[in-house]
Amino acid sequence: MEDTIKVAGGTGLTADDIKSGKIFLTEDSLDCAYAWDTGVAVNRYLAELKQGKIIATRCKKCKRTMLPPRLFCELCFIPCSNWQYVQDTGIVNTFSICHVHWDATRIGKDEKPHLPAVIEIDGASEGMGIMHLLGEVDPEEIKIGMQVKAVWKPEAERTGSIIDIKYFKPL
Amino acid sequence: MNKKVAIVGLGFSGFGTTTPDLSYREMIFEAATRCYEDAGGIHPQAIDSFVASSEDFMEGISIADEYVPDQLGAVLKPVHSITGDSLQGLASAMMQIKTGQQNIVAASAFSKVSNLSHHEHLVSYATDPVYIRPFNENPYFIAGLEMNRYLHETGTTRDQCAKVVLKNRYNALKNPGACYGARLELEDVTGAPALSYPLGIYDMSGHLDGAIVVLLASEERARELTDKPVWIKGIGWATDTPNLDSRIEGMGSAVYAKLASQQAYRMADINNPFNEIDFAEIDDTFSYKELQHLEALNLCGPGEAGRLLELGCFSPDGDIPVNVSGGSLGAGYLHEANGLQRLMEVILQLRGEAGPRQLLDVETGLAFAWRGVPTATGAAAVISTRP
Ligand SMILES: [Zn+2]
Repeated sequence: MEDTIKVAGGTGLTADDIKSGKIFLTEDSLDCAYAWDTGVAVNRYLAELKQGKIIATRCKKCKRTMLPPRLFCELCFIPCSNWQYVQDTGIVNTFSICHVHWDATRIGKDEKPHLPAVIEIDGASEGMGIMHLLGEVDPEEIKIGMQVKAVWKPEAERTGSIIDIKYFKPL
Repeated sequence: MNKKVAIVGLGFSGFGTTTPDLSYREMIFEAATRCYEDAGGIHPQAIDSFVASSEDFMEGISIADEYVPDQLGAVLKPVHSITGDSLQGLASAMMQIKTGQQNIVAASAFSKVSNLSHHEHLVSYATDPVYIRPFNENPYFIAGLEMNRYLHETGTTRDQCAKVVLKNRYNALKNPGACYGARLELEDVTGAPALSYPLGIYDMSGHLDGAIVVLLASEERARELTDKPVWIKGIGWATDTPNLDSRIEGMGSAVYAKLASQQAYRMADINNPFNEIDFAEIDDTFSYKELQHLEALNLCGPGEAGRLLELGCFSPDGDIPVNVSGGSLGAGYLHEANGLQRLMEVILQLRGEAGPRQLLDVETGLAFAWRGVPTATGAAAVISTRP
């Protein structure tokens, strides 16, 4: 931004013009902090992740085994208190390869891209699963439909979080 | 466009200063379940459309609209959000029926303000970044400015404002959904630590978590769903300029309330609100606001509210009972759900379901909400047992 930007019919601006106060700006940064109540369903889900297990709830009406677990079925609109463990294996429903960081800067040549994927978890209803990351895999080798398994953090490092699972790796 | 619109269902949940046992989703699911059960056990699949009122900053999720459907049973349905008070959301839901576009519409709002570590920050971010934020003040100074000017212009006294607090917190003792019920003495309020002169800490309502869902229906569908419909006779809303230094009628006046209520009264064919409104649930986020709003809503003349309050005119056994529920001072402030909280009490009173605080012989009630500091937005609804 050091060079003067040419704008047809306008006046050029440099970064120095802004730094030296030639241009008036008002700056502020927001400081917001939240601590969301997890409630019944998410609380149990996170507590089970801390134990290295994945738990779902089952709707008695539409028979869906739902991940993430919820206290009510959003389609049947009835409460669901039937908890059911599911596997920590599944298949890749879809994936992507992130060539940019969250702030849109490109990843370095030696840096491994993040590999977000939707994993359909074994034991959950079709089309239900966990949005997570893939690891221990060459991006070129990933295929939709590929079988994968969770790689957990060591028990002592788990906090009751979705990232208690480090990533899913090919089976 | 002249279709009549009824409220056929009411449900609520939460109503605590903290609600750690339920997520916002679970809290709204509970409120929605109660609402649909109240409307004869309707399944949300039979509801045509859904309107939520919310503010992303309050929820900590941008485009929070997208998180609305599940807990209302609104997945794969027409859904939209109103960034405003929930009475503005109610107006939006009502219009969908009035136009004939939909027959049954749900309106919802909730507060999980306990999940915010510094609510004052969010209020500050609502002030103008060039003109106001550089002063770096606690934003409730704006209420102090308004109160001071209101007292100056009308001759209303500090003690009269304190008596609003006494009335509403006492009324709240009869409301199981109210969290701030108390029997206070005048000195408790006037002698309490100052917040922003002339405002003391007891002049401001405390935070509340909770969810409220109401179900609206066209006249035809209302008759099928319930035998206790109440009718939205009139609705209105208005917003003044955001400039604190150049409000159209100055800081002492609540012109938004005057304009919103005029619109609602006109629609409801009300010419003399003092005679035609039996009771009112109106915004009392701060003590002086109840008095200022009473005057703006034309429930009394300019500068008369304080004196009439002292005469008992606005007490549960007075001419126009105001905030029998305890209002926000007594029940707690529900943020964007403020309007539905005011409406909820009006519905309960009109149905005869208000328990120990039930008013006798009430036919028409007014609900009025303000969007809080630093806004100059208000919405009013006239509700009646008669279509
Ligand atoms: Zn189901």
